[in-house]
Amino acid sequence: MAQVRVTVDGVNYADDVEPRTLLVHYLREQLGKTGTLVGCDTSNCGACTVHLNGQSVKSCSVLAVQADGAEVTTIEGVARDGKLHPVQEAFNEFHALQCGYCTPGMIMQAIDLLGDNPDPDEHEVREGIEGNLCRCTGYQNIVRAVQGAAQAMKPGATADRGAPAPVAGGGN
Amino acid sequence: MTATADPTTLEIGKARTRKEDARLITGRTKYTDSITPHGTLHLSVVRSPLAHATITGIDKSAAEAAPGVIGVYTAADLGVEAVGLPCAWPITPDQKAPQRPLLASKTVHFAGEGVAVVVARTVAEARDAADLVEIDYDPLEPVLDMEAAIAPGATLVHPELETNESATWVFDAGAAGTGGSVDEAIAAAEADPDSIVLKRRFIQQRLIPAFMEPRSAVCDPSGEQITLWAATQVPHILRTMTTVTLGVPESKLRVIAPDVGGGFGGKIGVLPEEMLTVVLAQKLGKPIKWTETRSESLLAAHHGRDQIQDITITAKKDGTVTGLDVHLLADMGAYLGLVGPGVPILGAFMFNAIYKFPAYKFTCTNVFTTKTLTDAYRGAGRPEATFAVERIMDELAVELGRDPMELRQQNWIKHEEFPFTTVVGLTYDTGNYEQATDQAMEMFDYAGLRREQEERRKNNDPVQLGIGISTFTEMCGLAPSRVLGSLAYGAGGWEAASIRMLATGKVEVITGASAHGQGHETAFSQIVADQLGVPFEDVEILHGDTQISPKGLDTYGSRSLAVGGIAIVKAAEKVIAKAKKLAAHLLEASEDDIEFSGGNFTVRGTDKGKAIQELAFAAFMAHDYPEDMEPSLDSDAVYDPENFSYPHGTHLAAIEIDTETGHVNLRKYVCVDDIGNVVNPLIVEGQVHGGLAQGIAQALFEEANYDDQGTLVNGTFVDYTLPSAADLPSFDTATVPNPAAATSNPLGVKGVGEAGTIASTPAIVNGVIDALRHLGVTNVEMPCTSQRVWRAIQDAKGNATQETPIDTHSPGAGLGSIDPNNPQGETE
Repeated sequence: MAQVRVTVDGVNYADDVEPRTLLVHYLREQLGKTGTLVGCDTSNCGACTVHLNGQSVKSCSVLAVQADGAEVTTIEGVARDGKLHPVQEAFNEFHALQCGYCTPGMIMQAIDLLGDNPDPDEHEVREGIEGNLCRCTGYQNIVRAVQGAAQAMKPGATADRGAPAPVAGGGN
Repeated sequence: MTATADPTTLEIGKARTRKEDARLITGRTKYTDSITPHGTLHLSVVRSPLAHATITGIDKSAAEAAPGVIGVYTAADLGVEAVGLPCAWPITPDQKAPQRPLLASKTVHFAGEGVAVVVARTVAEARDAADLVEIDYDPLEPVLDMEAAIAPGATLVHPELETNESATWVFDAGAAGTGGSVDEAIAAAEADPDSIVLKRRFIQQRLIPAFMEPRSAVCDPSGEQITLWAATQVPHILRTMTTVTLGVPESKLRVIAPDVGGGFGGKIGVLPEEMLTVVLAQKLGKPIKWTETRSESLLAAHHGRDQIQDITITAKKDGTVTGLDVHLLADMGAYLGLVGPGVPILGAFMFNAIYKFPAYKFTCTNVFTTKTLTDAYRGAGRPEATFAVERIMDELAVELGRDPMELRQQNWIKHEEFPFTTVVGLTYDTGNYEQATDQAMEMFDYAGLRREQEERRKNNDPVQLGIGISTFTEMCGLAPSRVLGSLAYGAGGWEAASIRMLATGKVEVITGASAHGQGHETAFSQIVADQLGVPFEDVEILHGDTQISPKGLDTYGSRSLAVGGIAIVKAAEKVIAKAKKLAAHLLEASEDDIEFSGGNFTVRGTDKGKAIQELAFAAFMAHDYPEDMEPSLDSDAVYDPENFSYPHGTHLAAIEIDTETGHVNLRKYVCVDDIGNVVNPLIVEGQVHGGLAQGIAQALFEEANYDDQGTLVNGTFVDYTLPSAADLPSFDTATVPNPAAATSNPLGVKGVGEAGTIASTPAIVNGVIDALRHLGVTNVEMPCTSQRVWRAIQDAKGNATQETPIDTHSPGAGLGSIDPNNPQGETE
């Protein structure tokens, strides 16, 4: 067993894990963070995308022990004080989800994308979410939602959400 | 039917954002794999790596000794050797159906078939131990090619059946009396110098539904009713079929489909793994969970399509079609799925499509091979039919030197000819192909693109332009039970609904249609809000749990709105009738004088009235109600449709092909659909987008490839290339302003869930071929990857090309962030 100390969605955890445990399995099975989902076994689908120290990462391609000392944010930690993140709101507003299975990863990737590029054009959005597969939407409304969220997140568009800063580690 | 008075307040037609999103965008979800009752044990399946082999020995000892392992079981260990999974669609009385076991005992019939299972404390321990189960096989000859499989002397998949042919199903319009004899039409055309006979062969490649949520089942044997959670489209059918399969009394079984992450037909089966969780939960007295890996899913979950289509069309040289003859070979795979044999049969009634074929015949032979079984995949039979007829209409136009749209126009059913009874005997209630086509051609700039195409051809531009057309209709809203009965389908086609008027005025609606992404909770709430005159927010839609929703036939075949939604309307009408009676009593008026509008029951000509919420409370209190009624407004309905619904539309694709590399670029896609009245335009648009993506994926990206040993060679998301966001453009979609409302149901609605998939595949392929036709290319098989397109161009030029054995990759397609040329990095 290896020990891992990690902050997930603002809560500190110290756990013993099998060295081979993937971050996604640690989140789901040990912490009960079942909002993060598993869609494949080859790191292609992106359903398990979370933020590790503010950067999006497919949590099936990271060992839990690699997250030692890190801050992890999952889809469950994105809304703050009962207020949805603008990307979450935009996914609802633009009908960017159907079955919802790709949605947690897609939202986490979209937040990361907007952190790198606060005003992406359609092509940049499509390239930026290429690592996240969706079978329901044909991506069109996801692209619209990401662009819509970009507008909502522009400085001045909303009071306190301008910063493209990572959403990790809200609790500390 | 009553309705609210002020049309501006109507919910139907509003682009409501979805209720269900609130939990899905925050991770507050409950997919089956997230359900882990205390004490849950985990199941892993040991699968055959060979397509066809005799099992000569199984050594479980190492696995049994592995840490955390509760047990390792074969079919014999579990006493389920005689158990067979159900096939609910015997298409002919003499259909050959092998036993489909829970686990193979003597012979494996496809690569991926389960041979044993391991139950362990954790998933990881179960999977590790599964690798330790030693199975010895004696390989047998795989059976992979359908034509070879039905040739004399072929290796038999199931020797006891003495043939690889499961059934041959024929519909002959001449014999049925619904149209003319196609044999006569062909003979007449052959003898007539003013007629033409055209034959083409099309291949529907094998596809994988590839829903995003892997299949999963959890069975908890504690309590009086065994509870089975399953990632299924069909919880009700699953309950009944579990009883049929295992003998567990239906009343002792509760099936729950919690959040389900997509299905597309791929989750309408009754799975060996689901049955094994039930068997093992009963045996061990503990909850058992099984969740497949993606690789297992691609290998062993049912596949779709896989047909060889031989099509003959006859026409006058003036373009008037005179006959259509369809011969299909349909690959069933190793066994018959729940409705697998009937999938091609659903297409039998759609090859004639929107056209006035006077003569028609359909013959389909279902064939066994040693591959994963096939069953429903979005569209189920209708995409195949639409593809074939839309492809051959283009071929006919080329032969006759006609514009392909003009030729379609000449032959389609005119709007003034509805209702129209087709050559197969279906009555299309409404439609207006002219309206949808005119709108689509304008949005597309058809004339302008044709001019550009002409210029590019003239200039010998390395990038050529093709215009692909698909004018489709489909039959959906499955289905009138009597029609299903006449096709020997093993169930009816009704749907059930209940409305509970709660004491505080809120409304619970129970539907037997079980959603897995379609937005039922939102759309059905809109319907109920209008019907009862209650706020949208006050309506709660309950579904997917046989304890809550005891009666239902679930979600497939674009049936939820056109059947399930109408059942809700019928239940609401009963609620209103009861409320009216109670209102008359309380208001001391005659029932005939009570008017209902906008949620209020008023006495005509007075200002006296009661709101529906007040009446719900009065019924709950039951202090004062009429002698001849029960103190309740709650109502149930079961609705059996009298006809299918027939949505239609015109889809146009502009395809650019780099003739030097074969790269296909979908430059523009326009579709105008007529789906009758629209409940929620936002949801409709989403259904169309997703449908298009799947149909386009068949045309350009996806194919399940087997090697000559019967091994699936692209069984991961690395190489089964679902399109990513970067592979698709934005689509220009629209519905018509004056829809041809269905006359077969009170909302005038038609299905839309499968329309995009059904229509788009031929539009793309017609566009690809149209771009290359002048270079001598007459066909490109799907998926039209760069390699295949390039090779078709080279072949047409007479250049030899080297065949590469497996042809799945189109650059970038579906690889997520992994670049095939840079597999190391996820960075751009």
